Amino acid sequence: MSAPRNPSTNPSTDPGADPGTDREAHANDATAGHQIFAATAREGASLRRQQAIRGLFLLTTLLLVLPVLAILGKLAIEGGPALTWEFFTEEPRNGMKDGGIFPALIGTIWLTAGALGVAVPLGVAAAIYLSEYASDNWLTRTINLAIVNLAGVPSIVHALFGVGAFVHFMAFGTSILAASCTLAVMTLPVVIVSTRESLQAVPRAFREACWSLGATRWQTIWRVVLPNSGSGILTGVILVVSRAVGETAPIMFTGAAFFVPFLPQSVFDQTMALSLHLYNVSTQVNLDDQHKHLPFAVALTLILVVLAMNALAIWFRMKLRGRKKW
Amino acid sequence: MADDLSLQGRTTILSLPKNRTPAIEVEDLNLWYGKFQALHEVDLVIKSGIVTALIGPSGCGKSTLLRSCNRINERLGYVTTTGSIKVLGHDIYGDDASQIQVRRNVGMVFQRPNPLPLSIRDNVLFGHRLHAERRANRSDEDAMVEQALREVLLWDRVKDRLQHKATGLSLEEQQKLCIARLLPTKPTVLLMDEPCSALDPEATSAVEDLIWDLRGHYSILIVTHNMAQARRASDECVFMLMGRVVEHTATERMFVSPQKQETSDYIEGRFG
Repeated sequence: MSAPRNPSTNPSTDPGADPGTDREAHANDATAGHQIFAATAREGASLRRQQAIRGLFLLTTLLLVLPVLAILGKLAIEGGPALTWEFFTEEPRNGMKDGGIFPALIGTIWLTAGALGVAVPLGVAAAIYLSEYASDNWLTRTINLAIVNLAGVPSIVHALFGVGAFVHFMAFGTSILAASCTLAVMTLPVVIVSTRESLQAVPRAFREACWSLGATRWQTIWRVVLPNSGSGILTGVILVVSRAVGETAPIMFTGAAFFVPFLPQSVFDQTMALSLHLYNVSTQVNLDDQHKHLPFAVALTLILVVLAMNALAIWFRMKLRGRKKW
Repeated sequence: MADDLSLQGRTTILSLPKNRTPAIEVEDLNLWYGKFQALHEVDLVIKSGIVTALIGPSGCGKSTLLRSCNRINERLGYVTTTGSIKVLGHDIYGDDASQIQVRRNVGMVFQRPNPLPLSIRDNVLFGHRLHAERRANRSDEDAMVEQALREVLLWDRVKDRLQHKATGLSLEEQQKLCIARLLPTKPTVLLMDEPCSALDPEATSAVEDLIWDLRGHYSILIVTHNMAQARRASDECVFMLMGRVVEHTATERMFVSPQKQETSDYIEGRFG
């Protein structure tokens, strides 16, 4: 900036002067050692603030991971050594304190399979209707609102609904059937929403191609839309499984019991379940020091089952995604 | 090529028998999207066996008109139509007309090639399988695939990989496949909505050649933004503006001596 200016280039005194001289003067400024792109003091401050904020968000994120690690770590340390073959294959003995969790494992499988058997057909059908057939009118909007609200109902309310609707009104009694239906009602919104989303992710161009060839709506759905949304639907289904495996409240009034001396023979039997078993051994059983690991072992099993299910969902998704090409 | 046609090159006029039923007759067609009227009192006769181009600026209603001709507009719930469209003399909006049979007879090619994520072979057979009472045996299907792919000049290029995914083909091949897919259901009219706008110049020229090749066998109605394309690859031209048909004449005549002021303004690039 301090380069001497040629007085003759001042436009106010000499409008007709050669503009080239002026440009030369600026060129001299840059070459004279002034870095014109250097950060100003103000910028430096905002850069430091930037870094501080970034650090803060990073810290928050790490804090989120902490409980997960703590839970898994504690469970693995306390419960891990108890996970033996006998633990998975034997019945509980001695007032739940000894033996294994075999009936509870089997019961959870029954309950989950039952819930899937009810929720998946209903949910997929509803999602197909909402995505492919329904026009945007008050009825559809009401249904969508109902689905969102259903997802927000606390599980204990679902449990009481299940007692009223399935145990008493439908006269299923306290049974696997009643408990599965209750779980199904609770997980329906997940199935519907995830299915609807994966149906809608199928490109419109595919549908147009079908329509222009004279396909009916159902032919379009069956031959093109469903085969191309399988991965999404499946992921939703598996998420339902992991939810159903973990829920306690909806099953404790409708079909799961503290202790059942035999394995379920039909859907009208009561059963034990992992989640309820965990609740029982943690709160209802007096454990001495020798048996302190028991709740941890059950909890670890439960978490492992859920994690395995989620891993399966991710794996399926990746496998089926890889096949897609559009 | 049928005996009644003589086709030697693009400059040749097809000599088709006189008094053939027009491919499409549009009478007093009005169409609304909700409250917006997209087509106003359209009257149009598309001759059989030739290529007719629909030109006009964006939003003039040419795609809408095209989509009315196979009733694909109906998927949008808010469309209302008055007037009539006849294909080969039969009203496609009549009470006794089935949407499915209309679409089967009036095939459509879209702007972006949209092969289904199936094998090349299954794509070609898709339309036929939708309508067949029961599945044809394998050799019939093979013959159908070969014939359709030969018609679109694709057979030699893909005959060794019929089981490959159609989505792996080049855009030009995909678009040709989309045309081939229409043929096994034996359509009479082919509607094309800017079939080359997603293609590079070389592919465009190949697809245009194909369209020209199909002339005579099928009546072709093609929407295009590309004035040069309309000029190169059509027998007749329809110029539309603001939902109305302004002019409909032989292509050469339209480009050399347009009758209406709007037409010549558009053709010369003064608007649009």
